Amino acid sequence: MLQVRNLVARYGDFQALFGIDFDLKQSNIVALIGANGAGKSTFLKSIAGQIPNKGGQIRFNSEEISHLSADRIVREGVSMVPEGRRLFRSLSVEENLRVGSFAGRAGRWTLDAVYALFPQLKDKRHVPATALSGGQQQMVAIGRGLMSNPDLLMCDEVSLGLSPAVIKDIYKVFPQLRAERLSLIVVEQDIDAALGVSDYVYCFMHGKVTLHGAPNELTREQISAAYFGLEAA
Amino acid sequence: MLEAADIVIQGLLLGGLYALFAIGLSITYGVMRLVNIAHGDFLVLAAYLALWPVTNLYTHPFLAILPVVVLMFWLGYVLQRFVLNRTMGPNFLAPMLATFGLSIILRNGLQQVYHSDSRSLDIGALGTESIHIGDYIAIGKFPLIVFVVAVILTLATSLLFSRTRIGAALRATSDDAETAGLMGIRAKHTYAIALGLSFALVAVGGVFAGIRTTFTPESGPASLLYAFEAVVIGGMGSLWGTFAGAVILGMAQGVGAKLGAGFGILAGHLVFLAVLAFKPTGLFERSR
Repeated sequence: MLQVRNLVARYGDFQALFGIDFDLKQSNIVALIGANGAGKSTFLKSIAGQIPNKGGQIRFNSEEISHLSADRIVREGVSMVPEGRRLFRSLSVEENLRVGSFAGRAGRWTLDAVYALFPQLKDKRHVPATALSGGQQQMVAIGRGLMSNPDLLMCDEVSLGLSPAVIKDIYKVFPQLRAERLSLIVVEQDIDAALGVSDYVYCFMHGKVTLHGAPNELTREQISAAYFGLEAA
Repeated sequence: MLEAADIVIQGLLLGGLYALFAIGLSITYGVMRLVNIAHGDFLVLAAYLALWPVTNLYTHPFLAILPVVVLMFWLGYVLQRFVLNRTMGPNFLAPMLATFGLSIILRNGLQQVYHSDSRSLDIGALGTESIHIGDYIAIGKFPLIVFVVAVILTLATSLLFSRTRIGAALRATSDDAETAGLMGIRAKHTYAIALGLSFALVAVGGVFAGIRTTFTPESGPASLLYAFEAVVIGGMGSLWGTFAGAVILGMAQGVGAKLGAGFGILAGHLVFLAVLAFKPTGLFERSR
């Protein structure tokens, strides 16, 4: 459903991505791993339309979307949960979720469906979103992303700064979403968490793909080499 | 004692007019950090726009408000969408300088068309009638109407922001335009609506100002100053704060005018300076 070919991206003079090829199948979870500065977030932002200065092809549901702006791409069915959650601070939990539906795509995800997925949010729905705990904020961010009823949900560093117990709670929902024919790209620094949940893994280093494969086909050594750029000792 | 009450009431009513000047400025600053230097000149433009139906079609100035509001909304929308959006970015000075240029164009344009004669919008006897309470207090009917309209419009604007879909989009864009884009909200459209709203309120304020006193193409900067002072006194980001700031400014001017002729406007400035010195974030800043 998503095919990326020879994607390059720049911030001014700085080139962040050097010809990425990437494929994602319907109802799959792809984990994207790599060290800081490997270009993982830039890759997601490029797909979401947040990086104007890019080249290459991005085909989604057989349509070229690389030239579209962010607000058009979400209407095509690509939703992003940005790094650091980026909740709207002057909006309540429920308002944040509602704003997520502004792209106007109908479907299964409604306020009630999000509250069913994350029951903790229902009691807090009139609280300012930024008054919640980190884990609950992340749930709002994921719920907001779902409210546009996407075909593809991209989650950037959802576990950042959260406790292991909370991370487990959040990762638990990804297989549920996959079961509803949603596809996911999950950017993750925690390799174990990434391998545990995904059907396929891409490893980035210095803006290039250094390794990809199904988690059970990859060895620790291969991953270390691809992640840190070290030859297996 | 009753005389003091009279001063307070007159100041309160004058504050209603200033609130109409200031809320539009508060909206554009709140949503997109735009300091519209031409705000006062657009206020004057609204008064001149009302002048046409009033002098040519003998329309009552109150009835002229509605078409002027619609016209001004679209003027604001188009101006933001096709001109000011191009200047928006990390540097807030660029849009501010653009509005500075607009201010000069507008003033000279009005000068060209209407010359420097002072004009006014006449509402007949209603302009001078008042309601007497005892011997000391007289409430002008027209200032009372202005004040009530200001309260209603502030309430309506605040409900628009808190209860409606476009209000949520405006607040989300103000918080984080980039992330709002991920939700399908186009910042350029949202910003244009914000300036449209601002101009719609300016239209009401401008026509009322034109009824209350005479105006010339050069009247804008003084109104801008009052609007700006009200926003700063009230604190950024809160509509009712701006309303309160406008009322405080109106009262300060009223008290000053009682102390000595010509001291009124200065007293307003002094209160503004005192707020800047002791509470630069404003008296009713919304914490967030």
